[in-house]
Amino acid sequence: MTYKMMDGNLAAVEAMKMAKVQVVSAYPITPQSNIAEKLSDLVASGELKAEYIRVESEHSALSVATTAQLAGVRAATATASNGLALMHEVLGMTSGNRVPIVMPVVNRGVAAPWTLWCEHGDAMAERDMGWMQFYCENVQEVFDLILMAYKAAEDKDVLTPAMVCLDGFFLSHSMQKIVVPKQELVDNFIGGYKSQNTYLDTEDPMFICDLTGSEEYTEMKYQQKVAMDNAIGVIEQVQREFEERFGRKYSIVEGYRTEDADVVLVALGSMCGTGKHVVNKLREKGKKVGLAKVTVFRPFPAEKIREILSGTRCIGVFDRSAGIGGQGGPVWSEVCAAMKDISCDIRNYTGGLGGRDVSPDNIEKIFDELLEISQGKRKNHTAWIDLKENAMDIRQVIKNV
Amino acid sequence: MTVMQKQQEKHTPKPQKFRVYGPVATVYGSSNTGSWRILCPKVDYEACIKCGTCARSCPANIIDIIKEQSECVVIDFDYCKGCGICANECPVKCISMVVERG
Amino acid sequence: MYDVQHNSRGLVSHGVSACAGCGMELIMRNVLEVLGEDTIILIPPGCSALFSGFGNETALKIPGFQGNLENTAACAAGVRAALNAKGNKHTTVLAFAGDGGTVDIGIQSLSGVLERRDKVLYICYDNEAYMNTGIQASSSTPYFAGTTTTPSGKKTGRKDLMQIAIAHDIPYAATASINNLNDLKKKVQKAKDTDGPSLLHIHTPCPTGWRYEPAKTIEIARAAVQTGCWILYEYEAGKVTINYRQKELKPIEEYIGFQGRFGNLSKEQKKEIQDYVTKQYNKYIIKLEAMN
Ligand SMILES: Cc1ncc(C[n+]2csc(CCOP(=O)(O)OP(=O)(O)O)c2C)c(N)n1
Ligand code: SF4
Ligand code: SF4
Ligand code: SF4
Ligand SMILES: [Mg+2]
Repeated sequence: MTYKMMDGNLAAVEAMKMAKVQVVSAYPITPQSNIAEKLSDLVASGELKAEYIRVESEHSALSVATTAQLAGVRAATATASNGLALMHEVLGMTSGNRVPIVMPVVNRGVAAPWTLWCEHGDAMAERDMGWMQFYCENVQEVFDLILMAYKAAEDKDVLTPAMVCLDGFFLSHSMQKIVVPKQELVDNFIGGYKSQNTYLDTEDPMFICDLTGSEEYTEMKYQQKVAMDNAIGVIEQVQREFEERFGRKYSIVEGYRTEDADVVLVALGSMCGTGKHVVNKLREKGKKVGLAKVTVFRPFPAEKIREILSGTRCIGVFDRSAGIGGQGGPVWSEVCAAMKDISCDIRNYTGGLGGRDVSPDNIEKIFDELLEISQGKRKNHTAWIDLKENAMDIRQVIKNV
Repeated sequence: MTVMQKQQEKHTPKPQKFRVYGPVATVYGSSNTGSWRILCPKVDYEACIKCGTCARSCPANIIDIIKEQSECVVIDFDYCKGCGICANECPVKCISMVVERG
Repeated sequence: MYDVQHNSRGLVSHGVSACAGCGMELIMRNVLEVLGEDTIILIPPGCSALFSGFGNETALKIPGFQGNLENTAACAAGVRAALNAKGNKHTTVLAFAGDGGTVDIGIQSLSGVLERRDKVLYICYDNEAYMNTGIQASSSTPYFAGTTTTPSGKKTGRKDLMQIAIAHDIPYAATASINNLNDLKKKVQKAKDTDGPSLLHIHTPCPTGWRYEPAKTIEIARAAVQTGCWILYEYEAGKVTINYRQKELKPIEEYIGFQGRFGNLSKEQKKEIQDYVTKQYNKYIIKLEAMN
């Protein structure tokens, strides 16, 4: 065990390296680019024994990774934002063919407007593509969750690819001290790759992904659904095993000071660090607030959410994606569905878009609103938090009419 | 011996069934394309020079030339779609396309 | 491992649901005859997906994967990368895609493979339109050909896949035609033996889309070569070889006359095509000669 200073991207690279990926195909996009660069460095230096395919797009990046893994090796790629959007079509190929690739997604908004910065809109748009989704709070989690994702994805009852989402810049470019285990420990934890389901091998041929009729398509989708259902238990088991081997405890949803809380905020990703800090601060002032950190968003851990939130009368859900046209963001919708038989007031908050920091002040404001609502002092809430007052007038143009 | 057969001998004396997930095809099948036929190739064996052009031109690869046999051009009618390429390409025009009976 | 229910001669099932007289079917059989069973095939949606099969049945005896319409080349690169990683140098990785999946939506990933010099054998069977979706025009549809999206004939000529491939300076690229299957198979063998990317662009008459009698599939392929509508040549280690040269081009009518897709043309338009093809052919031959 050693301590190393690294940012989220390098932690992702370190984890993929230690998983001994044998094919790498990545295409640069801010803020993921140095994952692609660093992996190519490792291959060039021989530190990682892999084929590096310098693809011409993200569509090809995931195509290469998917068929490479079908041909029998662990394959790596990573992306962000518009790159993930371009992969959309292939995401369905990976998951539908049950190829357990693990892919870091460095969260960034999808244009338009162009943004280089963090939000979860890119990953949320792909939430129904049959991939598991893990969200990281800090750099250590990036490293740890990638290792756990391999083990869960490749489990015979899961066989489902996984995105490990890390907030653009807030994690990808933030240097933190992390624990890096010995290679041997990682080897013992995830083992070598063995194709267990379908594969491309001239010595044992099969044809993968031909046309499927309506008499079987539903069942194949059902198989994917069952795999996702299985994944909850498998991930929890993997987390327990991870804790035994590496000493760090994980949960699919972490309740932080939620047991006796009057109000709880549900959130994902790096803002949970800030959220915990605010919880501590408000607790000192005697305000009974808590935070529920959703580490696994796909499969959605409804049971665990209920376990943590039942008893809380007023709940806020923070969506770091706009969810335009929905009644609220995607995380809020899921939490509402999970809590539908439990009497409580669930408020949707949208913010932290396009790189806007979710500041302690804003989180405190949310908690105060929730407390007031729970005490009957207030009815409405600020659904779009930290929004400029002149939102509709921020740009003006001069036109020749 | 084919790679497949070698593999079979080496590792799987008795092939086993495994459950797999996802769209995969492992049955090497054949459609009954012979049922599509409207016109049927009919060979004039006397005129045939046994050159094999018809066999090489058939998209279904179902023609055998058996030189020692009097009916020297053998067509597998289970699969013959009746396209007529064999007749069209025959250098001595000894294949005619006749209306399929029944 | 395949459960063989109806055995076949060769690696392709005899009862494939391609239309009667399909040129592509003839190509697939000849290609796999040369490549043999140590081959992994990548197929996009399109008519070639008829070989992928339906449900649990496939028409191919080799392992394969049907990817998306635009990523056949990338899928092949992925398989090759994994084989390389495992130290397998012997297996042939074959991409078998239509013109639409190649020159239109798939040109980017193909370009990627060619530029990176991935050892992939890429075959574009060119039936000159999107046949599987109902005969819509592709950028490989020839001048004046009628399709469901060019009802009054295509107003532009075709995209030149070979020159695009050659611009990447790959080790081997060739055109082929079912009119000369020996030449086709020789080229498949050369492509298989190439250390790096190789591309075969194969003219593929399609009775359904071109609207002619199925019996004429090979005759039409021959006519295309003899009228100068399809030029057989190879690009090998930087050198161009023109495989077949017609002393005098046959009149275009001998090629387009049979085909319903050129059926609505006026006399003037037919003359225009004739002039166009003659000019293009002569220009092209000069260009090819100048490449050496
Ligand atoms: C992204 C995407 N767009 C459109 C389609 C629909 N589609 C399936 S096959 C096809 C035409 C393919 O044409 P070509 O590659 O020339 O093959 P052909 O059918 O002519 O053999 C199209 C447009 C698709 N499968 N994927
Ligand atoms: S092409 Fe004609 S002559 Fe040649 S073998 Fe066939 S039937 Fe006989
Ligand atoms: S008619 Fe067509 S399918 Fe039948 S034998 Fe002749 S070439 Fe083959
Ligand atoms: S439409 Fe054309 S290419 Fe497609 S199967 Fe039919 S004949 Fe072959
Ligand atoms: Mg086509």
